[in-house]
Order: sequence, then C-alpha cells, then structure tokens
Amino acid sequence: MKTRKWLASNTFHHSSFRDIRTIIQEKERQGLRISVCIPTLNEAKTIGKEVVILRSELVQRYPLIDELTVIDSGSKDGTREIAASFGADVHLASEILPETGTKHGKGENLWKAIHQLRGDIIVYIDADIKNIRPKFVYGLVAPLIYRPDIQYMKAFYDRPLVSSHGIRPSGGGRVTEILVRPLFSLLFPELTAIIQPLSGEYAVRREVLEKICFPVGYGVETSHLIDVYRRWGLEAFGQTDLDRRVHRNQPTRDLSKMAFAILRTFLSRARSLGIIGDLPELAEVLRQYQVNDAVYEQVEFKIVEEERPPMITIPAYREKFGRDDS
Amino acid sequence: MASNGQSVLARLPAIRAAAADLRELLLADIVMIGEIPSPTFSEADRVSFILERFADCGLQNPSSDEVGNGFGLIPGSVGDHTIVVAANADTIVEDPEDQTVEIEADRIEGPFVGDNSVGLAALTVLPTLLERLGITLRANLLLMTAARMLNRGNLEGLKFYLGNASAPPVAGLYVEGVQLGRLNHACLGTLRGEIICRLPDDFEWAQHGKSGTILPMSDIVLMLSQIPLPQRPRTHLVTGMIRGGISCQNIARETRLGFEVRSESSQILDDVGARLREITGLVASRSGVSVRLDLFTRREPGGIEDTHPLVRGTRSVLEALDLKPMMYLTTSPMSAFFERGIPALTLGITRGSRSPEIDEIREYVDTAPMATGLAQLAGTLMIMDEARNHENS
Repeated sequence: MKTRKWLASNTFHHSSFRDIRTIIQEKERQGLRISVCIPTLNEAKTIGKEVVILRSELVQRYPLIDELTVIDSGSKDGTREIAASFGADVHLASEILPETGTKHGKGENLWKAIHQLRGDIIVYIDADIKNIRPKFVYGLVAPLIYRPDIQYMKAFYDRPLVSSHGIRPSGGGRVTEILVRPLFSLLFPELTAIIQPLSGEYAVRREVLEKICFPVGYGVETSHLIDVYRRWGLEAFGQTDLDRRVHRNQPTRDLSKMAFAILRTFLSRARSLGIIGDLPELAEVLRQYQVNDAVYEQVEFKIVEEERPPMITIPAYREKFGRDDS
Repeated sequence: MASNGQSVLARLPAIRAAAADLRELLLADIVMIGEIPSPTFSEADRVSFILERFADCGLQNPSSDEVGNGFGLIPGSVGDHTIVVAANADTIVEDPEDQTVEIEADRIEGPFVGDNSVGLAALTVLPTLLERLGITLRANLLLMTAARMLNRGNLEGLKFYLGNASAPPVAGLYVEGVQLGRLNHACLGTLRGEIICRLPDDFEWAQHGKSGTILPMSDIVLMLSQIPLPQRPRTHLVTGMIRGGISCQNIARETRLGFEVRSESSQILDDVGARLREITGLVASRSGVSVRLDLFTRREPGGIEDTHPLVRGTRSVLEALDLKPMMYLTTSPMSAFFERGIPALTLGITRGSRSPEIDEIREYVDTAPMATGLAQLAGTLMIMDEARNHENS
C-alpha cells in the first residue's frame, strides 16, 4: 500500500514542469543553486550536443542552471576540448581532490563532482544521450524545488505507466529487469517502485550526496538507492517520466560486466546491513567465454568495486563548504 | 541608397560578432528543429516549436494559418509596409529511421539539416540578434515558417500567404541552410511530376512471358532522353527517382518515375509537358499497361535583374563579409513571390554537403560560417529597409 501511495504522490511527468520561468522564480526565492555534472570518458560523439542544448536552453535562455560541468576520466577522443569549446566547465577527475588519489569509474567522477561543484542541488546527466532535451534537467530539478520532502529524484523513460491507450507495462533495461528488480523484490521490495533504478540521470540535494558512499564503478546507482532508502526511507525519493531516451545500445557482454559489478555491490551492502548472513569472500573476476577457431577460450575481467567514503568525511570538502567535524 | 548602404556595411563586423555570440542558441535550435519530423503536410509539430520560440522572443502575434504556416511579426518603427523572411518547414523525408541530429566539433550532421533546419533556426535566432544590436527596421518584419512547400506541396504555404495577405509584402527573403554565398534573384520555371506504370486489375498472372511494368517504364525513359531540349533558353530534364518491383523473379506491378523539368521559358515547359503526355499515351497503347502522368508542380520562371537595387545592395553586403556572391538560376520557392511581382532573394546561411552514402538524407553543415550567414541576413534586411525608404523619399 505504501508503494502505491508513493507512486501516486512522488511520480511525475516532465510536462508538469514545462513552465521553466516559474521554476526559476521559485529557485531564486529559495536562494538555491543548481549544478549539472556530466561524467565522461570518450564521449566526443555526444558531448557537444549535450553541452550546447543544456547551455543554450537552461543557462542562456532560461537561467535555471548555475554551473554546467564536465568531469572527465581522461578521454583520448577530444571530449574535453569539444565540451570546453561549447562553454562547459571541464575538469579532469584526477585533478580534483588529488590528495585522495585516483580511482577509475564513473562513480569516481560523480563523487568528486560533489567537491568541485557549488550547487545545493546536483544533477547528474549521462553523456551518451542522443536525444538530450532541457526536460532531462528541469524534470528532475523541479520536484526538488517544489517539494522539500523529496531528496533524491530519479529519471525513467520510454514507457509511461499509463497512456491514453490504457495501462502498459513499465520497465527499464535488460540489467534492471533480469537482475536489479528481482534482487530488490527479494530484499528491498519497496525499491521496486523505482521504475528505472539504474538510470544515469538523477538530481540530489547536497545534504544527501555528501553523506552517502560512492562505489566508483557500475554499482553506484544501486548503492545510492539502498543507502538513501535505509537512511531516509522511500519518501525521500521521487521519479520523473522523461518519455524517451535514445542512447547507444550496449552489447550483452558489456552488460554482463555491469551486472557483475552491481551484484557485487548489492551483496556487499546486504551483508554489511546484516540482511544476509555468511557469504564467502566475493570474487573480483568475471569469466566469459568465446570461440576462437573452434577452440573455447576463457576471458577474465577483473572488476573491482572500490568505494569512496561519504564526502563529508573529507577534510578539504568540509573546509570548502564550511561543514564542521561533528 | 548608396550612402545609406555604406552605414549598413560599416555595421557588419559588429553584427557578425553579435551573431557569433548566439552560436549555442542557433545550434540548439538547429538540433531541436531538425529532430521534429516534418514531412510535407505534417509540419504542425515543427511549426508549433518555432511559434513557441517566436513567443519567447516577444514577437507580435505568433500564430499559424489554415494551411499550417507559422508567423511572428516584429513591428517596424514606421510600419507602413512589410518585408517577409521565410523558410520552408517541411522536409521530403517521410519517416526517417533515425531523426537524430549530432553536433561535432566543427559541424552538425542530421537528416536534411541543411534543408532546412538551419534556415528555420536562423529565423528563430534573428529576432534576438536584431534586439541585441538595437536594430529596428522601418518596415514590419514578418518571419514565416512555410508549410506544404516541397514536392506535392507545390509551395502551397507561401502561395496561400501571398494570396491572402491583407497587405502584401514589398519584398521577400527566402532562407536556405546552404550554401553561404548564394545570391539567387531569378528562378527557373519548374514542371515536376511522376509517371506511374501499373498493371491493369484484370492482368492475367498465369500468362508466361509477361514482363510487368519495368520494361514499359524503360521505354518511357528512353523517349524522355530523346526529347530535344534547347541550351537557350536553358532547359534541363532531371529524372531523380525510379522505383518498382519487389524481387528478381516477381513481375513488377507498379513502377514509378519521378522527374523535374527546369527551364527559363514557360513556353518550353508547356511544350515538354505536351510531349510527356504524348509519350505516356503512346507507351500505354503499345504495352497494355496503365500509364499515368501526374504533374503536381508547376512554377513559372521569373526574377529580378542583377541591376536591381536589392541585388546590388545584397551583393555589397556579401562582399563586405568576404563572401563571393554566387548568382545562379535556381528552383527556389521565391518564384511564388515573383509570380505576384514581389522582388525577392534567396540566401544561404552556411556551407554543407549531403552524405556520400547511398542513403542521402543525412547532411553535414559547418558551424563556423553561421555567424557570417546570420550577419548577411541582418545586413540584407537593413539594405532592403533602406532601399524601400529611399524609394519613398
């Protein structure tokens, strides 16, 4: 019942927030700053369009975004140069908080963005969206501006829950439907109400982001949902239907790596929370197989899901944002 | 006009600099306009987006008419006459698999992005450019996104507006995405249509040796190639599309040939049209298949002289922007203006090309020249405004 009530009250459609001027008025009344972070690694094909659309529409035409920043993992294809040429602030993840070292993965960029960006609300937008539109930002930010009880907004796409043709199935991608949703159904059933738990577009209040851990790889979205849910409850979440998201389709083998990392993060969380008991040491190697001239070969991928601590524990961050040690 | 024109030319560097500052707004609109499907007769969504832009810019009365054209008005300081700037809202693509427009470091790529997402985006950004520069024309400036223009649309949108405007414009400027530097002031006449060969409904499928509709069509193509076309007045016959059949072994039920005749002479268009009717009638009687000639577009040749003040003034604008004016006869929609005796020009905003792939709907346009293209547009409008004022004084 709680899930049904949450779905009714905390699920939005982007079209409800088309009046961007009113959102900006309310944002200014509350004195909020909005930052957008695009984490990148070799995204030259799509980054220019994302920066151009978001900057022209939500910085120049409607000043909703206060800073638009690309945090890059060391692209070799000109991603940083293209983003900068269209007016984005561009930073190498390795040059942010250098005293904390460098880890590799999207979650690392998201974590370091908390220190680099100044916003009270940080919006994360994946860099591979081919049909980027302003709604990807205002659709996530507006509920946080209008609803102080919501802390963490997730995006979902493609299939509206209800359309003019009646009720339709709603769901996410392959990893969501065959891994994450079954896992949540088993251990965190309320979280199944989040239609696309792995979506790379979400907006979060700084006060929440700075208090949660960040796996540096694919597990970051899953861990966020579990950690925010355990600490603030389902009520802290909201989700917005953005209608349609076009992006590169990943091969199944790559999705397998993603699933491995997510499963590892999930099991680790469940163990540390005492939800499941004795588990052996979790392996860090994913094994796949391929045929080479009729010979079957094993291919090993080492996938280590390292984790960054809550940003609030980093002294440089506390100093920059005036947070005390307590 | 010459002395006043000099003041316009002197402002061009500042206008180009201001246009460069609008780069992201222009690129964003090219993308968002280009990603809204807009086949001829179904332009409503794209026009609606552009009208929202006109409203955002504070244009007067952004609205559409009965045939789907979109309008926004910038009132002139005097406002006793109107200059119209138009670009076609429709594309010839019916249902592209991928409507995505991509922004690369120095160019944009997408289906028909040059024809005419760039031209439409120039219209949406133009009011902001004029406002930032503090430019107010004496004339009213009517921005028009024209519907039902291509193929079977046959310029319906522009013709409808010109035929129903309470106060017809004194001059027209037609904006195409490419190529920057074009300065078209005269149009070839156009006769465009399809020839459709179809098997009769009572065709005997079991009859061995029947060859369907492709061979009769090949006879037609041969006869088309034998139509004598003069070099003067310049006349061309383009056979741009042929389609028929489903596989190697099946008899083709229907074959279609799309063509366009272009000529400086209206009489020659009449003559070629008559010859087409003879050819299709002849092949129908010989082959026993149904042959239909569907002439759906007719535009008359026309234009203004290259000594016309608008042409001279615009040429000086282009040259001041280091562009070499390319003045050639075109099949541009500005012929609708000429049919009503209204002087008009066609300009391009940037450089670009169509993909060399077999699927030719994707086009590339360069981003760097767009500031010059916008400056040229603003400068030409100022020249038009000055010229009209000079005529009246």
